[in-house]
Amino acid sequence: MERRRLLFIAAIISVLVGVAAFVGSARVPPLQIIASMLSTTLAVATPLTLGALCGVWCERAGVVNIGIEGTMLTSAFFGWTAATALATFTAAPAGLCLLGGVGAAVVSAMLVGLLLSVLAVTFRVDQIIAGVVVDLFAVGVTGFLNRQMMFEHGGLFGGVAPQSAGVMPHVRIPLLADLPVVGPIFDQQPIAFAGLLLVALTHFVLFFTRFGLRVRAAGEHPRAAATVGIDVRAVRHRSVLIGSAIAGLGGAYFTLESVPSFEPLMTNGRGFIALAAMIFGNWTPLGALGAALLFGSAQALQINLQFFREAIPESLSFLQQSSIVGLLPYVLTMVVLTGVVGRTTAPAADGNPDDGRG
Amino acid sequence: MTTPTPALACTGLTKRYGALVANDAVDFELLPGEIHVLLGENGAGKSTLMNMLYGMSAPDAGEIRREGWTVTLGTPTDAIALGIGMVHQHFMLVPVFTVTENVMLGAEVTRAGGVLERRKVADELRALSARYGLEIDPDARVDTLSVGQQQRVEIVKALYRKARVLILDEPTAVLTPQEADALFGVMRDLRAEGVSIVFITHKLREVLAVADRITVMRGGRIVGATTPSETDEAGLATLMVGRDVSLRVEKRVAAPGPDVLVLENVCVEDHRGIEVVQDLSLRVRAGEILGIAGVQGNGQTELVEVVTGLRRAARGRLTLLGDDVTRATPGHLLDAGVAHVPEDRHRHALIMGWSIADNLVLGRHDRPPFARFGLRRFAAVAENARRLFAAFDIRGSGPEATCQSLSGGNQQKVVLARALSGTVRLLVANQPTRGVDVGAIEQLHREIVAARDAGAAVLLVSAELDEILGLADRIVVMYRGRVVSEVDAGAATRPALGLAMAGGVGAQGV
Ligand SMILES: Nc1ncnc2c1ncn2[C@@H]1O[C@H](COP(=O)(O)OP(=O)(O)O)[C@@H](O)[C@H]1O
Ligand SMILES: [Mg+2]
Repeated sequence: MERRRLLFIAAIISVLVGVAAFVGSARVPPLQIIASMLSTTLAVATPLTLGALCGVWCERAGVVNIGIEGTMLTSAFFGWTAATALATFTAAPAGLCLLGGVGAAVVSAMLVGLLLSVLAVTFRVDQIIAGVVVDLFAVGVTGFLNRQMMFEHGGLFGGVAPQSAGVMPHVRIPLLADLPVVGPIFDQQPIAFAGLLLVALTHFVLFFTRFGLRVRAAGEHPRAAATVGIDVRAVRHRSVLIGSAIAGLGGAYFTLESVPSFEPLMTNGRGFIALAAMIFGNWTPLGALGAALLFGSAQALQINLQFFREAIPESLSFLQQSSIVGLLPYVLTMVVLTGVVGRTTAPAADGNPDDGRG
Repeated sequence: MTTPTPALACTGLTKRYGALVANDAVDFELLPGEIHVLLGENGAGKSTLMNMLYGMSAPDAGEIRREGWTVTLGTPTDAIALGIGMVHQHFMLVPVFTVTENVMLGAEVTRAGGVLERRKVADELRALSARYGLEIDPDARVDTLSVGQQQRVEIVKALYRKARVLILDEPTAVLTPQEADALFGVMRDLRAEGVSIVFITHKLREVLAVADRITVMRGGRIVGATTPSETDEAGLATLMVGRDVSLRVEKRVAAPGPDVLVLENVCVEDHRGIEVVQDLSLRVRAGEILGIAGVQGNGQTELVEVVTGLRRAARGRLTLLGDDVTRATPGHLLDAGVAHVPEDRHRHALIMGWSIADNLVLGRHDRPPFARFGLRRFAAVAENARRLFAAFDIRGSGPEATCQSLSGGNQQKVVLARALSGTVRLLVANQPTRGVDVGAIEQLHREIVAARDAGAAVLLVSAELDEILGLADRIVVMYRGRVVSEVDAGAATRPALGLAMAGGVGAQGV
């Protein structure tokens, strides 16, 4: 990522962490607040990172995916349903139920991805329309099934009290997690760690392997790829499926790692912020991670301020209004998308249905 | 004497696009180790034929043979496996990839886990380029290369795949004369190595320079086969067009009047903010044609955009008939008598789905006589169309048909007819005959000369040296955003202009 953007991200995160430390210093030692901010930032950035990686995979192959929000909502729902059903109806240990939930989340996300790629790649439907279809479909299906299952007579959990599988346990990285200040960063739940791993893996595959070269060719100049015998459609289908699987993990974060419950619309626009992170990250995995951390830090500020709301000094009373701080991620999104922090370049054939056939 | 088995041949090859028969039972033979020119006007069906021979599109009927064996080419992969390589009319290179990445794409060398062996391929490319004298830097990004260099990459791409049959689809359309000559040298070297080459062009001069045999296509059929020793340019032109055509523009010596357009120290930036026109000064006088020669992409597009008000100059001054028009809008310039024939008629000149009659009044559609009190006057629009159809010999099914339905040449006549139908003080014509058949070119050229004789100043931008030499009264050559040479047409020679277009030394002394 270029220097300017890196500096911008570092500066904003420092400022937000500084604000939290300053505001809460009356009640909590600043070092502790800094540690908490950093750790929360990484945690809440997880769905943004994973969503943005989904975007990177799809758009690098030339398929615009504005259905990330819907993909994550769907997988959040099915992940939660599977985990809860396992916990309620089997004697499996909680860990296994959660694992089953993650599996269901990833599979359901891939099915949603398949819907998108069949529409966009096979039938060459306008990709924006296809993405909107996915988003609307996800809202409808999850809302409807949630109601049916929980409240209707004869639903999955009708008559029985659903047994929660809980959330993923924290994993401490030995030694690193014991460091002062930064220690809590290395004490995270598994999906957060998986996000970091997937960033590295995506970077490697995209830029150092044959498959990655073909994915990028499909997104930059599909006709050139076709003339050297590459099946652009197949590459795009695969890319969308890989991306969607990753978004599925992002969806699992909501109901299996963050809170042990599902609510309609609970992704709350995070899929779209992930899209912004992908753009601000210039369609690269590392850039996407940086941008996700940026947005994550804004959300972390909101969460941390809640802990010491009463301690906020009179002069900063506007910070007590959590809705104002809550706007921050969205304001940041708009600011970075204006391009004041440097222009980004999309893959040349992003959104172009041409696949070099006929 | 027995003829050798053709390296590549087809019989009865037919391709239809809806009602259009793009290739009608085409028989074609490429002998081993020959340079075979396929000559034909735009739309004759040359690319269609080659796309079938490269597996890019499936024939509706007919048979393809490689060294005598009947083959089915379902995809380019099949063709590549049979040693057939193709350099497409529009380059098939990924701009943000390096040369190595572009060459290896689809034929990647990898180690375990599909990891690319870039270094190894780059070394192979160096060896390959040394062997064939095709100088390329394997690590350069393609979007930093000149068009000529990109073409070398395309050829290396085919050779890397061990192509023994090489199809070159209009490779010289984007080259300077020097680059074209260098390409011919490479082609001869390849021929000496036993590579069989199909060379597609519509430039007659090149045909005679390089061909072993010549096949001519017209309207989707093969209409003739000959050799350079049996024919000359006029003969080829007649064969290609189907009637006698005049290759020379008839015009009187210019009688230039006062300055119409004056540019002083104009600098222009492109959309990336890079200065693509640098400190350019020139003037165009009434009653003369100023030709701007140069390879595409040397700032001509941006220069024309500035002159027509579509883009603001970053610095410098423009005057039209003594008025400062540096900041004038396109509408203002149109009213002041600046007529524009844009480079890309589909994107910037015509609304393809609209009728020809409506396109003919575009830009003046909202004022008398074509509109009054905000309402259109269809009778005047129809009358205008009738008049221009006759005056410009536009051939189509009628004024109410869409522009889509016209051939490229007739579309261009519509653009020129509209441009010249008002009061014209300055005609800015950018690539006015690109993609137009020889017959229509003749007429478009006559109309441009007629506009000059009627007292208009003409700024002609063209990448075709023949067009510049045939039409212009004065010639300037643009290279990297600057005027590198200025000459009277009478003193200009093709080699000198070519050298200047390539940015060569001695450009000043043309
Ligand atoms: N994919 C296509 N769909 C419809 N028409 C086409 C297509 N490709 C070519 N054509 C038409 O076929 C004819 C021959 O085109 P082409 O082979 O490109 O000519 P050339 O290469 O000789 O200039 C033209 O009229 C062109 O418009
Ligand atoms: Mg062609």
